Amino acid sequence: MTSIDDVRTRAVGAQRQRRAMSTGRRGDRIFRSAALGSGVFVLVIMAAIAAFLVWKAIPALQENEANFFTATEWNANGDPPRFGVAQLAFGTVMSAAMALIMATPVAIGIALFIGFYAPRRLAEGLGFVVDLLAAVPSIIYGLWGLHFLVTNSQGVVEFLNGVLGWIPLFAGDSVGGQSIFIGSVVLAIMILPIISSITREVFLQVPTAHIEAAQALGATRWETIRLSVLPYGRSGMISAMMLGLGRALGETVAIALVLSTVAGINWHLLEPGGNTFAANIVRTFGESGEIGRSALIASGLVLFVITMVVNMAARAIVARRKEFV
Amino acid sequence: MAKRIEVSGLNAYYGGFLAVENVSMTIEPRSVTAFIGPSGCGKSTFLRTLNRMHEVIPGARVEGRVMLDQQDLYGERIDPVAVRRVVGMVFQRPNPFPTMSIYDNVAAGLKLNGVKRKNELDGIVENSLKGANLWNEVKDRLDKPGAGLSGGQQQRLCIARAIAVQPQVLLMDEPCSALDPISTLAIEDLIAQLKSQYTIVIVTHNMQQAARVSDRTAFFNIAGTGKPGKLIELDETSKIFTNPTEKATEDYITGRFG
Repeated sequence: MTSIDDVRTRAVGAQRQRRAMSTGRRGDRIFRSAALGSGVFVLVIMAAIAAFLVWKAIPALQENEANFFTATEWNANGDPPRFGVAQLAFGTVMSAAMALIMATPVAIGIALFIGFYAPRRLAEGLGFVVDLLAAVPSIIYGLWGLHFLVTNSQGVVEFLNGVLGWIPLFAGDSVGGQSIFIGSVVLAIMILPIISSITREVFLQVPTAHIEAAQALGATRWETIRLSVLPYGRSGMISAMMLGLGRALGETVAIALVLSTVAGINWHLLEPGGNTFAANIVRTFGESGEIGRSALIASGLVLFVITMVVNMAARAIVARRKEFV
Repeated sequence: MAKRIEVSGLNAYYGGFLAVENVSMTIEPRSVTAFIGPSGCGKSTFLRTLNRMHEVIPGARVEGRVMLDQQDLYGERIDPVAVRRVVGMVFQRPNPFPTMSIYDNVAAGLKLNGVKRKNELDGIVENSLKGANLWNEVKDRLDKPGAGLSGGQQQRLCIARAIAVQPQVLLMDEPCSALDPISTLAIEDLIAQLKSQYTIVIVTHNMQQAARVSDRTAFFNIAGTGKPGKLIELDETSKIFTNPTEKATEDYITGRFG
């Protein structure tokens, strides 16, 4: 007589053997090491970038006479060098945040229109055109921003200043020109396609069962979107926004062309001026000396940290209401 | 509250494909009508024409008339959204809104109808959950996600959500096919209770279930793949299962189908 335990032991043994056999096959071994290798490779690259930035940044940070985090001046080639990232961080975060605020509603609107309102043929064409926006080189956006937007937006900027002037960000006396606001409009257009196409994909994945649940309750199209589509797509939309924000934070050429460098932090975003990490690096790297370059790399390190923090924050937001997803 | 449905000459299409042909029937109020038949015979499609859910599929359309008491659901000035507010539906797979709590799931339809006052909502939510025999199991965790319930509880939650808006008719599309026998029994008991207030139409693959829960049974059949589904006969359930008029029905219920 074999007891149930015997049978179970034997079954477990067989299972173990099978597992051992399957991992022993050459194809499995190769695939396993390839997958592991790729995973480790990414981590190594990240670590190498961080190490490189720290290593190259140290000389300038040691020479720096000003507070690196709070100083608003950037005089890294002076003697002694005095530089701080406050203005760069302000310009970077402000322009990227404004771009995100402007781009997100439009991008989600486009995604909803393509997914739920537009007739099929129009939807395909429109999706293609939006994706094409992503293929335009950033230098083109920069030139367009500088030579078209800056010169033709005076009326809009003055209107915003007049209507929203009571908000400090929109206040100012000499509004117009190469302002952070114009920079963020250019950024907004640049990040529009990535946000839009990712949210569109997420919306397409909403299970029919959820959509029909809302429809069967007598929900109109918009109510169906509100009840089923947006809640389901929420984490995907946040991811899309964060990818867009990441791109806006790091955008270099376009913003370097559009902004005009004026020293100091100016909260009046409609007035000319402002600077960002990436723009500052691309504009001054070539003419910088040893310490100047080291200082720019230090600022790059701060940008690196900011983008990491933004991404982690996004993950935290997505994970927070896991219970409901 | 419950209303009679009269269908005449109804054809349902998917694009150019005729899925259901020339169905005419009367569905009595305050009773359970079951639709049985082989897979692909159009019973689910026909069910979905009764609350205009058929046409949400691209290319799908309907010809014919569906009268809810004196009103044609396919009349020119009828809004499908309004139809679905009086003809509720429960689906094959339980589909509570995954991001919503139990309470919000039941309240979802009410909020669409503009019920906003908290105490009014509380009362209807409680009554609907009681009506769906779910209240005792969830009253202490109304703020927890509906997707965290068991399959059978989720299905009763969906029924609570459907009856919260006090529809005239309740359509059920194989509501037990994804459930275990105990949950199935709970749903069948519930159907028996609900029929005192609602007109209930249920599609089922399970002939025993049709025999247990329904007052009248309709048998649908197809001549072959690619052919449209047709209504073969509709009669008292006891008659269909003991002494059907049509030979096809008898073949089907005795398992000699094919």
